[in-house]
Order: sequence, then structure tokens, then C-alpha cells
Amino acid sequence: MADTAAPLAMGAERVDRPGLLQRIFLHNVPAKIAALPMVATVLVVFVGCVAWTIYYSFTNSKLLPTGKFVGFDQYERLFATSRWNVSVWNLIAYGSMSLVFTLVIGFILAVLIDQKIRFESAFRTIMLYPFALSFIVTGLVWQWIMNPTLGLQGTLRGLGWTGFTFDWIANPRMVLFALLIAGLWHGTGFCMVLMLAGLRGVDEEVWKAARIDGIPTWRTYVSIVIPMMRGVLVTAVVIIGSGIVRLYDLVVALTNGGPGISSEVPAKYVFNYMFSGGNIGQGLAGATMMLLTVLIIMIPWAYLEFGGKGRRT
Amino acid sequence: MSMTATIPAGTPMAAGANEPRGQRPKPFFTPKKIMLYTVLVFFSLYYLFPLYVMLTTSLKTMPEIRFGNIFALPTAPSFDAWFKAWSSACTGLTCNGLAPGFWNSVKITIPSTIVSIFIAAVNGYALVNWRFKGSEIFFSILIFGSFIPYQVMLYPLVMITRELGIFGSLQAVILIHTIFGMPILTLLFRNYFASLPQELFKAARVDGAGFWRIFFEIMLPMSLPIFVVALILQITGIWNDFLFGVVFAGNVNYPMTVQLNNIVNSAQGTPEYNVNMAATVLTGLVPLTVYFVSGKWFVRGVAAGAVKG
Amino acid sequence: MQQSVSIRDLTLNFGSVKVLEHLNLDIAQGEFIVLLGPSGCGKSTLLNCIAGLLDVSDGQIFISGKNVTWLEPKDRGIGMVFQSYALYPQMTVEKNLSFGLRVAGMPKAEIDQRVARAAEILQIQPLLQRKPANLSGGQRQRVAIGRALVRDVDVFLFDEPLSNLDAKLRSDLRVEIKRLHQRLKNTMIYVTHDQIEALTLADRIAIMKNGVIQQLADPATIYNKPVNLYVAGFIGSPSMNFIPGTLDGETFTANDGTRIPVGAYDFVTRLSGATKSVLGVRPEHILLGDAARNMPFQTQAEIEIVEPMGSETLAWTKVAGVPVTFRCSSDIPLHVGEKVTVGFDIARGSLFNAESEARL
Ligand SMILES: Nc1ncnc2c1ncn2[C@@H]1O[C@H](COP(=O)(O)OP(=O)(O)OP(=O)(O)O)[C@@H](O)[C@H]1O
Ligand SMILES: [Mg+2]
Repeated sequence: MADTAAPLAMGAERVDRPGLLQRIFLHNVPAKIAALPMVATVLVVFVGCVAWTIYYSFTNSKLLPTGKFVGFDQYERLFATSRWNVSVWNLIAYGSMSLVFTLVIGFILAVLIDQKIRFESAFRTIMLYPFALSFIVTGLVWQWIMNPTLGLQGTLRGLGWTGFTFDWIANPRMVLFALLIAGLWHGTGFCMVLMLAGLRGVDEEVWKAARIDGIPTWRTYVSIVIPMMRGVLVTAVVIIGSGIVRLYDLVVALTNGGPGISSEVPAKYVFNYMFSGGNIGQGLAGATMMLLTVLIIMIPWAYLEFGGKGRRT
Repeated sequence: MSMTATIPAGTPMAAGANEPRGQRPKPFFTPKKIMLYTVLVFFSLYYLFPLYVMLTTSLKTMPEIRFGNIFALPTAPSFDAWFKAWSSACTGLTCNGLAPGFWNSVKITIPSTIVSIFIAAVNGYALVNWRFKGSEIFFSILIFGSFIPYQVMLYPLVMITRELGIFGSLQAVILIHTIFGMPILTLLFRNYFASLPQELFKAARVDGAGFWRIFFEIMLPMSLPIFVVALILQITGIWNDFLFGVVFAGNVNYPMTVQLNNIVNSAQGTPEYNVNMAATVLTGLVPLTVYFVSGKWFVRGVAAGAVKG
Repeated sequence: MQQSVSIRDLTLNFGSVKVLEHLNLDIAQGEFIVLLGPSGCGKSTLLNCIAGLLDVSDGQIFISGKNVTWLEPKDRGIGMVFQSYALYPQMTVEKNLSFGLRVAGMPKAEIDQRVARAAEILQIQPLLQRKPANLSGGQRQRVAIGRALVRDVDVFLFDEPLSNLDAKLRSDLRVEIKRLHQRLKNTMIYVTHDQIEALTLADRIAIMKNGVIQQLADPATIYNKPVNLYVAGFIGSPSMNFIPGTLDGETFTANDGTRIPVGAYDFVTRLSGATKSVLGVRPEHILLGDAARNMPFQTQAEIEIVEPMGSETLAWTKVAGVPVTFRCSSDIPLHVGEKVTVGFDIARGSLFNAESEARL
């Protein structure tokens, strides 16, 4: 707006130029009205609500949110609560296993499917259908299968294999693996689909060139194809990772945090404190910690994808 | 057929005639192939086993479950457990079965799907064809927001819906689904509209058509594929939701997933596993039907969610 | 026998689709062969069979006298250059060149020596530490050629290596490939659908259609004595003028009754009696003015369209009732509507049987 410095006498000539306010409110009006829900969602929910949660996590809100500012008190209490600490450790342990196994299994399945096999679409359909089901359904089915007396363990013992043990949902030390089995059942098919899209995106001539160079298949995957799939891999990590942080329904359905508190997760901790524990400040502090975790995953990704300008072709 | 081309062992190499010719001989069973199919079948069993267990258990009677084994087929398949799960299974308090939950889920899913898709379609259209200052920033925050755990926004949203006087009602759940479905759907529509030839839009503008006219008369008729993808994504996503149903719907409006969890996990007395599994199957039926009917489209929807802007 | 590559009775099916059928081709040591044909005629398929990237359905392939029909690509003594370059994107140029050798376990000193030689030949020494993303299209294609070069093979296969480049770069690299061939004297099999590339590079051109080689000959023969209507129409731009009519002895009668004496024509086969046939004359074999008067056939024609091309001019007219193009020096002024005398250089024309489409 260089012309704002022009003498006032010439102001009359500037009338036909839209001013700043006019440009914001009168230009492109229907589009702005149409985008109102989006703008409202962004401002109210993704900015407003998040800011509200962060702010009130520094207050001593109990049954109702109040304005009394108490600094990091809630956080100190959070990390002094064993249930929270167990939740965090569970998330780390479950999350890292789940992430690694989902990626590895998803990739291996995608590679197998990509071998010009027969019945490709049947295999793909079988692998992806669990992803269409809810976590509640997933959790309940596996709860039944892993039922120590009547499920897999009971059946195999009844068939004569008396030493067989598969009581993971009732065993505090193994319960995370029970969660893992159900989680992988639900999510590996999705990862496979992503990886398969990545594999199919690799130029076929690159494969031909590698064959002519005499590079063994496994070596081609490791040295050429996987590095070429960087984009898909990163996307998969971000999507799977932020799904893990949210982990809630599956735990509720499969173990409800038990036995004891051995399979608690942060999302459940936060939920309970907000809606039944009567200690909103604690819930909000926990929620803020979850946000922080996601940011730790997201920021390097956002930097890689959008920060290093012009690196991607 | 290819066997005719192989050289019989021990035959002296007569010039030309016996040299490699035609298709390279490939045994039908190579160790590699056997490994490949073994692994695939093994994983398929892992994926299929729960479905099998779900179905067979739901068709058995309780004594059969107690004394039989989990692999066995039902000796006398009966749908009694299904009927019970549908109409008279007990949650902690009431004994109306899943049916009310099913109808609640229908009442939640249909309007939520329609509203969220419509709004996202308009968003995507405005973002591609009617950019205004800041539109891309709003979009970036929207996408970024889709990775924020719901728990972070849950409590303030409860307060907002309470202020609006809709907390604990269907409207609240519909609103929440519209909000949280917006990032992914907007991305979907934005990418789709961006892939359409821009000349069409320009030509329509030159012809004097405005925002809504172009949207309804030019864009929508060309967007059937992406609507199908969005539809699949939303129907399965909303049907499978648990968290928003629990928090925002209120007791009388609990969706099917919540009812199901209550039936299985907070029922009193001896658990009836056949009824539990029947209820589980019933709850999974809608998304499974969508999945099997839509086939490739479901895969497209799932993959579209992974395409970044 | 100095055959570098021999293909015997090659048949290839994709399921029930027969792409190549009983194809035979012999290529001499050091020869530059171009496979030319429209999209989908099976050029890449043939090349992939030679490379071993596709398993043949029937037939045999020999390279340097060895039956390679069942061998892996790496053992066939071939190098291949692809249209999309197919460079390994995360490796530097040097790694790209040496990767295959390293995997094969070649001693480091020898790898370095081969990479250095390839880099010198292709003049890509300054690029060795760069990644493919930071190279121009022409540079990338050079690296791709280098990858075939370091393998030190007898036969080079090119699948439309220049199609992704712009016109200028394409003609530069074309010259370079020719120079490379003169220096290395390797056998080269080159697929393209650009006829200029084919005519300038090839020792012999194989024109393909629907998986069948129509004509295999040196560029001059292909251009001047096409064996059938298809080849005649495919090669040359603007394409050959075709006048349908009837041939009886040494007189060709066009469908509108114009009689054209074709005694000067060098017949391959002589037919007795009247035969439906097609007379083909290239635009540059239609002469004007004084030159036309010495020709066995001349007529008056009205100019309909004039296209000045710089060094020459293309003109459109009608002879014997069909549209005809001719080419003349741009010094001659031509005007639309003007009547000129045109003459056909029948000795350099072509006659085809209208039914079998074969050259007469
Ligand atoms: N994997 C395949 N399965 C079935 N048909 C195929 C396959 N690959 C190629 N074809 C068919 O074989 C024919 C020849 O294909 P090819 O790629 O050799 O053509 P081309 O001459 O190289 O064409 P272009 O100039 O377009 O590269 C085509 O009709 C094509 O559709
Ligand atoms: Mg090709």
C-alpha cells in the first residue's frame, strides 16, 4: 500500500481502488461465506479449543473449569501418579512395538502381494477387511479368542496340550502383547495398502535396470526401492504414529485397562479424569502431554516435507 | 507344455536341436513360491480366524461353547443368540438389545455423512477455485489439526455444545462428526477438484456463472467418484466411532458401538458368549457390507487418506 | 559367422494376445539396427526379449554365438538404456555407474577404472558426485548410457532413449550416440518411433507393424524402395503421394482417367493384364517448370496451398483427381491459384499392388 502516503488532495482518485477492509470483506464474498464452516472449525476448534485446554491445564480446575492459576502443579501431580506413569510407559512400549511391527509386516505383505501372485485381490481383501471394523469389535473378538478358559488356551488344553498357555489378557506382564495382536490384526492391512501403493509407484524401468545390472531382488528392495519409497514410509509413520497416541477404544473393549492398571493408556487416563474422575485439571494436563507427543512426531515430518524447500521432485 | 522344451537328462547335446528354445522351463513348485504362498496363507489365517470364531460362536448354544472347542463348527447352528442380541440382550440397566443402538447409529450416520460431505465439498471447491487471502493457511491448520488427539479438544467442545444447548443430543454428535471429518474430506475434495481441468471453471466464469451455480451445475456432476470415496470413508468411520458417541450423544442416543461394549463389558451375571459374538457380528455387519460391496473404492478411500496435500 | 545377435522364430504371447509371431532377425557384429514402428507394434517387447526381461514363448535368441534364450539378463552380455533413464535416485552418479559392478564383487581398482573411462567417454566427470535429481534430462540420459558402458558388453539396447528430451537436446544427443557407436563399434539395437532418428542413426532399419517386421534394409533402400504401401506411407514427412488406379503393361491409368506412362519404372515383378494398383511419388520427386518437361509424365496443376518452410516450400495441388504435395526450392515464387507444370520422376517412384499392397 505505497499509495497511502500520497497527499490527501489526490484521495478522490483513489475511490475506485478497493481499500484493505473492502478487499477482506467484499471481495469473493460467496467463497468466504462458503468457507465459513472451515474457518470457524479452524479458529474455534483447532486453535481455540487447543489453546483453552493448554491454558486450563495450568489451573486447579476440579469439577468445573476455574481460573485459578497454579503453574505446573497439575503436571507435577500427573507425573507423581503411578497410573499416569504406567499409561505413558505402556504407550511407549506398545507404540514402538506396534509401529515397528505394523511397518515391517505391512511392507513384507505388500512385497509378497506384489510378486504377481494368483488370487491377489482375494488376499488383499482378506488382509484389509479388519480395518473396516471398529476397534470395539476388534477388541471384543480378541477378548473372546484370548479368553483363558474357553478361548484358544482352553481349547488347546482340552485337546490334550495341557501345557499350552495363552492368558495374555489376564497377565499384567503380557497384556500389552494381547493388545498388540489385536492392534496388528486391525491395522497391518492398511499399512500393506499404503506400502503396495508405494511399491507400485516405483518406475518399472528401474526394476529392469537393476535386473540387467544383475542386482539380486532383496538387494534391489533394500538399496533402491525402500529409499525411493521415503515419502510413503514417512506418511505411514505419521498416520500410524498419531493413531497410536489416540489409542483408546481398543483398550476399552479388550481389557478396559486391566488387569489392574496394567494396560492403561494416556487417552483413557485423560478421559476418565475429565468425565468421571471429577478432576478436570488433571485430564487437561494429560491431554496437553498427548498433544506434545504428537507434535514431537509431527514437527520433524512437517519440516522434512515442507521445510526443506524444493527438495522434492 | 513347457516340458517338451527341456533337455532330457543324459541326452548328448546334438547341435542346435536340443539347445534352449522357447519358454524357460519353470518348475511349478519352486521353494520360493512355496515360501511365498505359505506366508500369505499363514497371514490370511490370522486375519480370517477372528471372523470365523465370531460367526461360529454366535451360532452355538452356551453348553456347546462351554464344553466344545473354539475351532469347532456349530453342531446345530441356530440364530437364537442373534435374536437375543438384537432385541433383548442386557446392558447394565436395560434389556432392549442392540436394536436401539442400531437405529441410533443410523440416525447419527446418515445426517453426519451428508452434512460433513457437503461442507467438505464446498470447502474443497472454494480452496481450489476461489482462493482468498489466508485460505491456504486455514487449510494447513485444518490438516495439521487432524493429527491432534481428540482428547485435547474434547472438554472445550463439551462446554461449547452445552452452551449451544445441544449436549447429549443427536445434533451434538452430528456437529462433532462434521468437525472432525472436515480435514480429511476437505483434503480429498480439494485434491480432486484440483485434478479437474481448470478450463471448465474458467469457461463457466466467462459465461457469467457464479460461485454456487458453478458448484452445483459444473463441479458436482463431475464429482461422482470422489463422492463415492467420501461416502465409504464417512459411513464406516462414523459407524465405527465410539468416543464421540459416548461423550456427546447422551444415554438415550448411544450408537451401536457403545451399546455393544456395554452389553459385552458391563453386563451382569454369567456372560453369554454366543450373544456377545452375535452382537459383535451385528455391529460389524454394516461396515463389512460397505467394505465388500465397495471393493476397490474402499481401497481408494483408504489410500486417499494417506495422500498428503 | 559374424552374427552378433540372432533371433530365430521368436514368438511372444501375453496370455492369449500374440505380440510377436515367428520373428527372425540377424544382426551383424558392430551393426546399428533401429527398430521403427508405430506405438504398440511390439518394439519394446522385442527389445525386452533380447534383454531377457521377458521370457519368450517360443523361439531362440543367440548373442555372440551363444544361445541365451534361458539366461538371466546380467549373463547375456548386454547393456540397456531406458526412456525414463531409470537411474537410482538416491545414489550419486558414480554410485549409479558402479552399483552393478560392486554387487558383482568386482575389485575396486577395476571399478574405478571403468567408471573413469565411461565418464571420460560421455564427458560427465564433473557430475560424478551429483544425484540424478540435480541433473538435466540430457545429463541423466548420458549417465544412463554410462551405466550400460561400464558393463563392458557386446550389445547395447536402447528403448526410446531420447523421447523424454526436447527437440534441441534430442538432436545433440543423437549425434553423440552416433559418435559413441563409431568409437566403440559395439552392436546397437535402438528402438524409436522418430523416423529422423532412425534414418540418421541406422545402418539398417527394421520397420515393424503388429509384431511383424515389414522391411529390414538400409535407410536409403527403405526410403527409396519401400517394399509395401505401409512402409512407403510410414517413412517420409510429408508422406508419399498415392494415386490409385490401374496398371496395364507400362501404362498406369488413374481412377479419373489420367494416363501416366511408367516405362521408366524399375519393376520388381511384372504383371500381365490390368491390375488395380497404386502409384506413389515422394513430394521431392515432383518437379516444376523446365525440369518437369524432361519427365515421362507432366501436367498442368493449380496451386491450392503454399507452406513456406524456410529452406524449401511445400505446395498442395491436385493431380489426377487426388490431392498431391510437392516440395521445391524456396527460390521459386509460388502463388495460390497459379497454374504450374508439374512432372513426375517415375524412375524414382513406387508402384504397389492395390490388393496385396506389395511393391511391383
Ligand atoms: N504386460 C503386458 N500384458 C499384456 N499386453 C502387453 C503387455 N505389455 C505390452 N503389451 C501389449 O503388447 C503390444 C506391444 O507393446 P510394446 O510395449 O512392445 O509396444 P511398443 O512398440 O514398444 O510401443 P511404444 O512405441 O508405445 O513404446 C501392445 O499392444 C501392448 O498392449
Ligand atoms: Mg515401447
